[in-house]
Amino acid sequence: MTHNARIEIATRSSRVFLVFAFAAIIAAVFLPAFVSRGIIKDMFAILTLLALAQCWNLLAGYGGLVSVGQQAFVGLGAYTLFAVVGLYGFDPLLSILMGGVVALLFAIPFAFFLFRLDGAYFAIGSWVLAEVARLSVAQWKAVGGGTGTSLPRDTVRSMPGTDWVRALFDVSGSAARDIILYWIALILAVALMTAIYVLMRRRIGLGLTAVKDNAEAARSVGINASAIKWMTYLISAFGAGMVGALIFLQTARISPGAAFSVTDWTAFVIFVVVIGGIGTLEGPILGVIVFFVLQNFLADFGSWYLVALGAAGIVVMIFAPQGLWGLLRDRLGLTLFPLRRRVIFTSERTDL
Amino acid sequence: MAFLKLADVSKSFGALTVADKVSLEVPKGEALGIVGPNGAGKSTLFNLITGNLRPDEGKITFKDQDITKVPANRRIHAGIGRSFQVPQPFGSLTVFENLLAAASFGRNASEQDVAQDCLEILETTELMAVVNTPAAGLPLLNRKRLEMARALATQPDLLLLDEIAGGLTDGECVALTDTIRSVNAQGVTIIWIEHVLHALTAVVQRLAVLDFGKVIAQGNPTEVMGSDAVREIYLGADS
Ligand SMILES: Nc1ncnc2c1ncn2[C@@H]1O[C@H](COP(=O)(O)OP(=O)(O)OP(=O)(O)O)[C@@H](O)[C@H]1O
Ligand SMILES: [Mg+2]
Repeated sequence: MTHNARIEIATRSSRVFLVFAFAAIIAAVFLPAFVSRGIIKDMFAILTLLALAQCWNLLAGYGGLVSVGQQAFVGLGAYTLFAVVGLYGFDPLLSILMGGVVALLFAIPFAFFLFRLDGAYFAIGSWVLAEVARLSVAQWKAVGGGTGTSLPRDTVRSMPGTDWVRALFDVSGSAARDIILYWIALILAVALMTAIYVLMRRRIGLGLTAVKDNAEAARSVGINASAIKWMTYLISAFGAGMVGALIFLQTARISPGAAFSVTDWTAFVIFVVVIGGIGTLEGPILGVIVFFVLQNFLADFGSWYLVALGAAGIVVMIFAPQGLWGLLRDRLGLTLFPLRRRVIFTSERTDL
Repeated sequence: MAFLKLADVSKSFGALTVADKVSLEVPKGEALGIVGPNGAGKSTLFNLITGNLRPDEGKITFKDQDITKVPANRRIHAGIGRSFQVPQPFGSLTVFENLLAAASFGRNASEQDVAQDCLEILETTELMAVVNTPAAGLPLLNRKRLEMARALATQPDLLLLDEIAGGLTDGECVALTDTIRSVNAQGVTIIWIEHVLHALTAVVQRLAVLDFGKVIAQGNPTEVMGSDAVREIYLGADS
């Protein structure tokens, strides 16, 4: 007996969105021609935060591995860039990739340790490792020890493509540099989101969700739960390492406190994912927008701004545990990045 | 050589011995029933066979391979499928996706290759009406059906079923025994733990009785149920 059914993942809204997303990416590429340097810098911050949020969402939302130590990989990636660019004069763009690779290499021993822990202990362990990384880097005199260091001026100036962008948009050298970094942030954010989405749509994504839901049962249907967790952890470390390198290539100044900041690279990231909607790709996008609006709006209130952000996060967690995207999705029936394998029954077979 | 063989398998939780030198042989194609009072160690025995628990002592061989130290996920690939007594669905996946995950990983095949088969299993286990429902929202009866369906989806050569008939109406019970019997008829070896004795004896060719982690009787179902040792346990434990 064969069933007149087909399996479908895409929805009507996701098909429309795909077209819209392409258009938005094209528009984003040409954005520097139309907006001020300030907006390009804001967009850089938005895109890098979005990329970090997607990495954390993969880990915690899709994988159930709630880490509060992703700043370890941001910091390691950033310091890798400073070491290879500052000390050995590597190409800065290639160094971003190296930042990711080094973060990934460090993630291997971290994983050996962390996967012996569960739940809250996993979270605490991840934070402890990040602190150890920060304290160790602070001992590294060649990159400024505890006070940090700056990138050499000429490496900052000689970023590949700067002259071309200067001529193209008729802007100053430093504005051209901001534009190039913005484009890299755009590529990184889009590439990470595409990679995560493709992963989740494949069989391995189904396996990851099964492991998150019930690791014991997952093993009992033949899923190698620990291999899947390892993979998830390493991918998110690689992503965070690259983003970290990029962020500090832009600031051109680094210190252990800034590079391994738990507030900037974990607390804000968790805020973004949770208010946006954890376990979805749409959530972090929405979350990052809300975060920046709130941040600008609350900028005048000094440190009260952190309290207000925290309060907003708690309100959302209580009244909309699925995040703002969860609310929207239920109201509007929208899915932009569908993952559900739906069985659609087709009526009688039409043998023409 | 036996299809599945347990040799002097023991397991304790602290001072509590839940498997006490259990030796059991199951030939290929058999349907074996396991009964015993609550806490006798029946589910523990399954966990030892599937690798969810490791024995303290003893040896387990399956298809002539020593699997005592093989991790649970690899035992599925060797052909051991199981259901859990307390259903353990993948809550955020739909019923169909639960099967898809089990079938594609259990058989090491693509989602596409197993989709049709998953639908057929959902048909026989009467889950078609909830095919697109997230498993977290299912009532107990459907969760139990899903346990069975998911185990079947891994296409096991040895199927371990842990108390799946409890709470069924007579009609549902007949449908269930029919399903299990036909799975067995297709050559799948079955071990079934069940308190609903009439359902069990309608299917199994042999019965083993477990008490305090020991196999105290095994053989022809009617003879075993009639034996003095078993009567004693059941009169002692169940009235
Ligand atoms: N992980 C565990 N840790 C400690 N004790 C356990 C564990 N699992 C089971 N036990 C105990 O081992 C004993 C046997 O449990 P088991 O689940 O195997 O019994 P059972 O024969 O399946 O009983 P039932 O008919 O109630 O399902 C029980 O006393 C139980 O409380
Ligand atoms: Mg039991």
